[in-house]
Amino acid sequence: MGEHILSWMTFFPVIGAAVIAFIPGGRKSVIKTVAAAAAAVPLILAVQLYLQFDRGSSGLQFVEHHSWIKSFNIEYFMAVDGLSMPMMLLTALLSFLCIFASWNIEKATKGYFAMFLILEAGMFGVFCALDFFLFYVFWEVMLLPMYFLIGIWGGPRREYAAIKFFLYTLAGSVLMLLAMIAFYLNTSDPVTGGHTFNMVHMFDQNNHSPWLQVTNVRHLLWMALFIGFAIKVPVFPFHTWLPDAHVEAPTAVSVILAGVLLKMGTYGLLRISYPMLPDQAMWFRYALATLGAINILYGAYCAMAQKDMKKLVAYSSVSHMGYVLLGMAAMNSAGMNGAVLQMFNHGTITAMMFLCVGVVYDRAHTREINGFGGLGLQMPRYFSFFSFALFAALGLPGLSGFVSEAMIFMGAFPAFRTITIISALGIIIGAAYVLWMLQRVFLGPKNDKWDNLPDINAREMLTLVPIGILVLLLGVYPMPVLDLMKVTLNNLVKVVAG
Amino acid sequence: MELLHVKIPSWADLQWWLPELVLCLTFLFALIGDLLARGRRPVVPFAIAVLGLAVAGVLAVVDTGAAAPAGGRAIMGDLVVVDGLAAFFRLLFLFAGLATALFAWTSEEIMGRRREHKGEFYALTVLMTLAMMVMAEARDVLMLYLSMEGVGLASYVMAGYMRTSLRSTEASLKYVVFGAVSSAIMLYGLSLLYGMTGSLRFDGIRQALLAGGADPFGLLVAVVLILAGMSYKIAAVPFHFWCPDVYEGAPTPVAALFSVGPKAAGFALMIRFFYSTLAVGANPAASVALIDAINWPLLVAVISAVTMTFGNLVALRQDNVKRMLAYSSIAHVGYLLMGFVLLSDDGLAAILFYLLVYTLMNLGAFFFVVAVNNHLKSEELADYGGLFYRMHWTVGVMMVIFLGSLTGLPPFAGFVGKLYLFMAVMDRQWFWLVILAALNSVVSLYYYFRVAKVMILSRPAAGADASPLRLHWLQYVVLACLAVPTLALGLFFGSFKDLADASIRAMAGG
Repeated sequence: MGEHILSWMTFFPVIGAAVIAFIPGGRKSVIKTVAAAAAAVPLILAVQLYLQFDRGSSGLQFVEHHSWIKSFNIEYFMAVDGLSMPMMLLTALLSFLCIFASWNIEKATKGYFAMFLILEAGMFGVFCALDFFLFYVFWEVMLLPMYFLIGIWGGPRREYAAIKFFLYTLAGSVLMLLAMIAFYLNTSDPVTGGHTFNMVHMFDQNNHSPWLQVTNVRHLLWMALFIGFAIKVPVFPFHTWLPDAHVEAPTAVSVILAGVLLKMGTYGLLRISYPMLPDQAMWFRYALATLGAINILYGAYCAMAQKDMKKLVAYSSVSHMGYVLLGMAAMNSAGMNGAVLQMFNHGTITAMMFLCVGVVYDRAHTREINGFGGLGLQMPRYFSFFSFALFAALGLPGLSGFVSEAMIFMGAFPAFRTITIISALGIIIGAAYVLWMLQRVFLGPKNDKWDNLPDINAREMLTLVPIGILVLLLGVYPMPVLDLMKVTLNNLVKVVAG
Repeated sequence: MELLHVKIPSWADLQWWLPELVLCLTFLFALIGDLLARGRRPVVPFAIAVLGLAVAGVLAVVDTGAAAPAGGRAIMGDLVVVDGLAAFFRLLFLFAGLATALFAWTSEEIMGRRREHKGEFYALTVLMTLAMMVMAEARDVLMLYLSMEGVGLASYVMAGYMRTSLRSTEASLKYVVFGAVSSAIMLYGLSLLYGMTGSLRFDGIRQALLAGGADPFGLLVAVVLILAGMSYKIAAVPFHFWCPDVYEGAPTPVAALFSVGPKAAGFALMIRFFYSTLAVGANPAASVALIDAINWPLLVAVISAVTMTFGNLVALRQDNVKRMLAYSSIAHVGYLLMGFVLLSDDGLAAILFYLLVYTLMNLGAFFFVVAVNNHLKSEELADYGGLFYRMHWTVGVMMVIFLGSLTGLPPFAGFVGKLYLFMAVMDRQWFWLVILAALNSVVSLYYYFRVAKVMILSRPAAGADASPLRLHWLQYVVLACLAVPTLALGLFFGSFKDLADASIRAMAGG
């Protein structure tokens, strides 16, 4: 597996899905075990990746480069660098844990786990594809399983939420598709001179045709790519699919959606938009920072207004992704590193929150914040896990969210003073909605209705503990993740900011 | 006058026309076989038709036209030409014809009790396949008209195949009336063109046009009239009105064949006719001037834009799956016409590739409807609730593949087809058209996945019939033969893209 480690990571889940297709639907425990095994292998490989990754290099590593479709110069080009490494690790970890978070799926178990594994493959593929066509295929491959995961196993309004998610993302994707074609037709391979989908060639501005050097064209392409990615992030005003999708999706799918899928938007900006159109990134940075600030504040205010726990967490994601945008817009080392670290940290923290919401929803079949009260007495262990996650979300020093948010502010402050100061208000509002929810759900007089709720069980703790350890560890010592990415990102800063 | 120079076809020409010859014989034998089958299950005509189509298919694979001289081999008194393009469409039509014949065998609508002479259906399928193949080979205006009417004749009968059904009869009559009107319009245009150029041969027309002398406005009128006639065949807006009614009324296997066969044949004809008369030639600059003089790109771009948008928007509101697929097929014609805007080699090759993909996925979607109709006796979307859970899961998955491909999602073939079309248009910077097409794809997602939603996301209503649907083994086989390539072509399309390119080059060679 050594040479093709990325391919194995990406396609092993597909093999798992294929195996599941041949297991009779009634053998549910067999199906779950196969799914767990199929997700475990990429996790083990991710550990191997982590150990072997050369932290001193900004170049591509574990490269796999083959010709795929000659007549279009499409290549099978997979590799990782410091930007994709944290995302690969996050995907491997969350996917594996989510298999266990889905253990109680009884409806059409076979289809669920098959879809889930295909989704996992798509996520890995997006994070290590370096051929634009390949990237796009992986990007879109995730849509179908996601549609069905929300639409079949979701809540009461699942059909609406599923098609809304699908339509929004596809609308973004086709814009990206058009930009991709424009790049393809206007980038020449320095060796052969033909058109190419190779992203590395697209990064090099010398390979661009004269048409692609016209400022207005570049602005348009930037906007097409930006909207495509912004819908995924989601950036205000493209965020309205998110609360619906999150609320209706089953717990594990929400975790993947918030933990990994949202990162694809910001990953795409950093992987594709920034290096391909660096001057446009500079041109757009005030707008990006402003949108980030809007996301932070608007998301936080919306979160505060929610009565449904899951919707609150969903809006908190909007808010937290705003920090990522702000850090990216700063275009300096602290901001950029903070942004990618925040992508990783938000992935873990929000995963914990969604898992915690799932725990109570499985028992009480409601997520109405005001319907609870005094749960801290009834479920003490659960209380500690949930409050740990919530404190991490509000950026308590010592937990990982604090580190990345602090880095982002350090980076953003010299770049845009006013916007950063306004954005910092988001922390206060963040604390407000988090603490207010904590108070309404866990403190105060106990609601007798919930006298019979059992505390969190071993399986649920199994999904929470590893993430919790990571959140704590990275809060105290973020270097394991920062080390992976800083060389690459500092290099990117140089490319973009000159 | 050129008419006096008619060449007498030589018997030796037939060696290049073996697939057509085989189909002629198959048609006759299938008819005789039907007379013998009288009243019983028409095994004999079915077997003859399938065998004939298969043999013709093998012959078409063997002779790909690669050995033909540059510009193709003109045969049968120079009325038809056998070249790469003809070979490509031969294979496409034979495949569609064979798949339809096989699937029709399992269709209640075709094989149901109340019909005599069921074998006729197979004979007609063969006849239609033959006529479509000739459409793709015509290099003379007379042959063009003759082959189009040949396809039309077979279609009219097939649309009205369920004689006792009012809907089916109505469909047939509508088809006839519309067909007659548009044929007349096209004939008028062709006669104008003949008057202007004095030639019936495509290449003769081109030489006369390039030599000058044709008044651009007169040419524009002729081209518009001819385009109108052909738009009827491919069901482009505003000549689409017959399409939803005919598809809905005709038996579903027939509608399946209509949605791919005559459309692809219409495109084949358009490619050869317009490319040969307007675009190709030793003097590209003059060709471009000619195309621009009649504003061809804008004309086709507008038809394309209107067709795809109209088809998609109306499809959104359909509750009958067959009707929805009819409008969706109109939308796909709009996408396909994008490749026509520039009459460039790339664009035309993109059309060929898309037609191939479209044949696979659209036949698949229609055949699914056939299979379901056998049991539900309905094509209403409302009756599809929870259908996925009533049949073997592979069938539902295959339908999702067809729907995803029709939407244009990767990794399915429909995506590659669209990508190729988009590229051809974008290369010449027709941005508004390509953006419109991209947005149209998003719109189409909604109605395609409405079917998936009803089938998979909704469970059957309480008290509704939830008995499992069992498919005929032949249905599994045919559906798989369509679904597997739909998936595989989305991932490994290099060789088929090369085939499409080569076909266009072969035609352009002369």
